[in-house]
Order: sequence, then C-alpha cells, then structure tokens
Amino acid sequence: MYGLGVLKGLWVTIKNFTLSYFTRKRLTTVQYPEERITLSEHARTFPILVYDESPDKLRCVACEICAKECPPKCISIVRAQDEAGKPLKQPKFFDIDYSVCMNCGICEEVCPFDSIYMDRQFELSAYERSEEFLYTKDRLAKSAEYFSKIRPETAKKVEEKRKAKEK
Amino acid sequence: MLNTIDQIFIKAKQIILDILSPFLPEWMMILISIFIVIVTLCVFGPVVMMYLTLLERKFIGRMQNRYGPNRCGIFGLLQPLSDGIKMFTKEDIVPQKADPFAHFLGPITVIIPSLLVFSVIPFGRNMIPSDLSIGILFFFAVASTSTLWIFTAAWGSRNKFSLLGGMRAVAQMVSYEIPMLLSIVPALLVVGSFSTVAIVNAQEGLQWFVFTPWGLVGFILFFLTGVAEVNRCPFDLPEGESEIIAGFHTEYSGMKFALFYMAEYMNAFSVSALVTTVYLGGWQGPILPSWLWFFAKTFVLISIMMWFRGTFPRMRVDQLMGFAWRGLLPLAFINLLAAALWVHLSFPLNDILSFCILTVSVLMIYVANRKVAPKKRIYKYAYE
Repeated sequence: MYGLGVLKGLWVTIKNFTLSYFTRKRLTTVQYPEERITLSEHARTFPILVYDESPDKLRCVACEICAKECPPKCISIVRAQDEAGKPLKQPKFFDIDYSVCMNCGICEEVCPFDSIYMDRQFELSAYERSEEFLYTKDRLAKSAEYFSKIRPETAKKVEEKRKAKEK
Repeated sequence: MLNTIDQIFIKAKQIILDILSPFLPEWMMILISIFIVIVTLCVFGPVVMMYLTLLERKFIGRMQNRYGPNRCGIFGLLQPLSDGIKMFTKEDIVPQKADPFAHFLGPITVIIPSLLVFSVIPFGRNMIPSDLSIGILFFFAVASTSTLWIFTAAWGSRNKFSLLGGMRAVAQMVSYEIPMLLSIVPALLVVGSFSTVAIVNAQEGLQWFVFTPWGLVGFILFFLTGVAEVNRCPFDLPEGESEIIAGFHTEYSGMKFALFYMAEYMNAFSVSALVTTVYLGGWQGPILPSWLWFFAKTFVLISIMMWFRGTFPRMRVDQLMGFAWRGLLPLAFINLLAAALWVHLSFPLNDILSFCILTVSVLMIYVANRKVAPKKRIYKYAYE
C-alpha cells in the first residue's frame, strides 16, 4: 500500500535511535583513545627483535636472511667481529627503517632462529621522518616476556620448538 | 509562584526598565523597551540555530548507530561555538565571474525574513514581540520573501548548479505556498482573526485544533508544506547534493555559507513555532509555565523534521510537484469546506460530518493518484 513504506522507514530509524541508548549492537562506534578493541593474535605492525635474558643477548645471529627477503629492503644488518677480525654470531648494527617497512611480515616467516617478530604497537607518530623512524638495535630489542604477552599462542609454540631443538 | 515563573521574562524586562526609568526621558524608555525585545530575538535566533545543528547531528547520529559530536565540551555542547569560530576564520571566496553585489547580498538578506517572523510568534502568555492584528499574514508575507534572496544568491554566483538550485527553490516555494496558506485558512475561519494571540486564546484548555477532524488534517498539511517551505529533507531539492553539488550555496564559503545555514535552521524553528501556535494550542497547556509548553511543542515538531531527515531519501522533482498539486492542494480545499461545516453545525453532528467528508476525500485523492501501470504491450507481428 502506498504510504506504508514511509511508516516502515520511520519505524526503522526510531528503533535505531531508541535502542542506541540500550544496546551496544545499535551503537557500534569504539571511541578510540579511551576505548580500544582487543587486537587478534596475529595483528601485526612492525618488526621487533626478541632477546631471552638481557638486551645484548639477542636471538639474532646476523644471518641476513630477513634483510635479503625484505621486499622494500628496509632492514640493514652489519655483523659483529671480535678483535682478531673473526665474525661473531651477533649483529653489530641492526637497523629497520619503519617509514619504509610495509608490514608484510615476511621477515618473521623466514627467520630460522625465531628472532624477528611483528609487534602490534601502532601509535608511532613522530615529528621527524629520518631519525625517529630509523629503529636501531637497542630500540628494536624486546624481551621474550613481552613477546609472549602480545602473542601468547605463537610464543608458546615457539618455546616448544626451541626446547625440542635443545634436546 | 507558578504565575511568577510563567511571567519571568516579562518581569525581567520590567525590572530593567524600572532601573533605567529615573535617568531617562519617556520617549527613550519606549525605544529601550523595543530595543530589549529586538536584542533578545537577535540573540535568541542564532543561539537556537547553533544548538539545533548540534541536536540534529546527535539525533541523526543515533539513528545511524553512532554517537554524534561528543568531543568538544560535555556532550559536545561547545561544538556549535567551535564551528562558529571555524566559519569566521575561513577564507571567503568570491568567484571571479560572479556578480559581487548579488553574491554578497544573498546571504546577508536571507536571514532578515527569518529573524523578522519571530516578531509575531507568541512565545508564552503575554510574551509576543508585537501583537499584530494581521500576524499570520505578516508571517507568510515576510517568510516567502526569503525565496527571492535565495534566488539572488543563486543568480549572483554565476554557476550552473547554483542557478538550477535557485530555480528549483523558486518552483518549490511557489507550489507549496498555496497549500500552505490554504491549510491555515480553516483555523482563521474558526477563530475569525489573523492575530496569533487570538488563535492561541481560542484554543484554551486543551481545546487544541489538532483534536478536531479538520484540525488534524490541517496540522498534517501545514506541517508537511512547512517542511517543504523551509527546504528540509525530504523536500531539500534546491540543495540536492547528489545532483547539483550544493544547489544555491555551491559558491559560498565561510561565514556566508553559515548565514544560509542559520537562515535554514531559524526558518525550521519559526515554521514549527507557527504550526504549534495554530494547531497545537501554542503556549496553552496545564501546570507547566506557558513558555515551556511552547518550546516543548516546537522542539517535538523540530525533532520530527530531524526524524524525517534521518529516514527519507530526497524526492524527485516530479514527485515533489505531484505531491503538492495533486495531493495537498485538493485536500486543503476540502479541509476548508469541512471546517466551514464544522463551524456552522452543532456539536455531535459537526465532528461526524467533517470526519466523514475528510475520510472519503482522503480515500478519493488516494485512489485518483494511484499509479496505473499500463499493460505490457506484446508486439505480435513486429518480428515476423
């Protein structure tokens, strides 16, 4: 009937209006700085380097696989050497340019030493482009506890794998 | 006590005048008494407009399952102020080929009618800026001039879309002015006066006109045509974004644009106020102070306008014109007839008769306007 659709439309809007005061379903906005949605297990932003006991004992052995696989080539690694000039199994420099990184997570997939993982920290705005987004080794280093906190399931699997390898 | 609250604004004005009276001559006091009313209205109009925009944004936001503005101040109450500051600081762009005089004149003059019409609206008992004996006529005469300024602005912009929007505005105003005036005539017929105060006084003690058959139809007609007259959704063809950018205010920015908005919202308020005055009993109502009743009724009507805006898509031009000329206009005439019968007959008969006449005529108009889809033609020999 002509005119019935008009009333139906009015009913829909008034229903949405009144229910928005009672149910969350009718008011889906998340007011960001105060409220946050919980991120899923595999939410990812930028890479971090995981260490076990102290920040100078990184899991990273400076194999440079991640640097070679990185599509935008944002990782640059220099291997450390001892006094005799013999290469060591740790990086001297490990820089990631966050302004170049495209968050693909390939570095995480290819790392054979479970060292590099994607972080979920996304509030990284800065006033300067070249210096503040160039993350050096000490800024990238994050503890294993931090990693197991942000991604508990992945961390558990990784721990099991590493224990099996030690045996 | 109740009487004091009821007359609080009158008392306030009287106190100001009493303080000033020892120092000033009598002719000055008359001027000041007028001046107080004018200043109050000129402040009241823009403030109402500012908070109507906030109310509308919140209202429509809730309909679309989101919060409205709620960052600026508590509940977003400072949002209109910050919008105002933003509008003032924006660059005022005048197109190179535009007629600078007309382009400037349009937005300035378009708010004058919207402010002038406040002068005949009874905001409460004894609260009317000027009780003209031709109040309703004044309202319509002044309100309809705003079309001219909209068209001036559209013409002065020297933009195709502006001109199209302006022409649509004129066409729409001309078509809706007739049913609008006719829908108010029954009330004038019953009251026997053009004065808004007399109309309100005639509806004493819940005898609101909306409770009579012709009053209900008149109320609906007047409200719908009023919505169309102030260019609000679903009749906002002059500024149809999807077709003609922003219609008549395409070329306006900064404060000039804000003036158009101000005019639109103040018109919405004044039309709602007039519908309240004529059909919903104005400030009449039990217990609460008269001005509170008036504003409550007006804001209910404005909320209904916002509800419409949150619900309906814009009408097509032919639908708009068809609705006015084929639906509203005949119904307005029949309503006039029903009201005339209602006045001349005695109690039980008049209600029944006018109710029957209106029901039958609404049905007849509905049947006459029903869409008749022609049968699909089958071409028998065309392809053989």
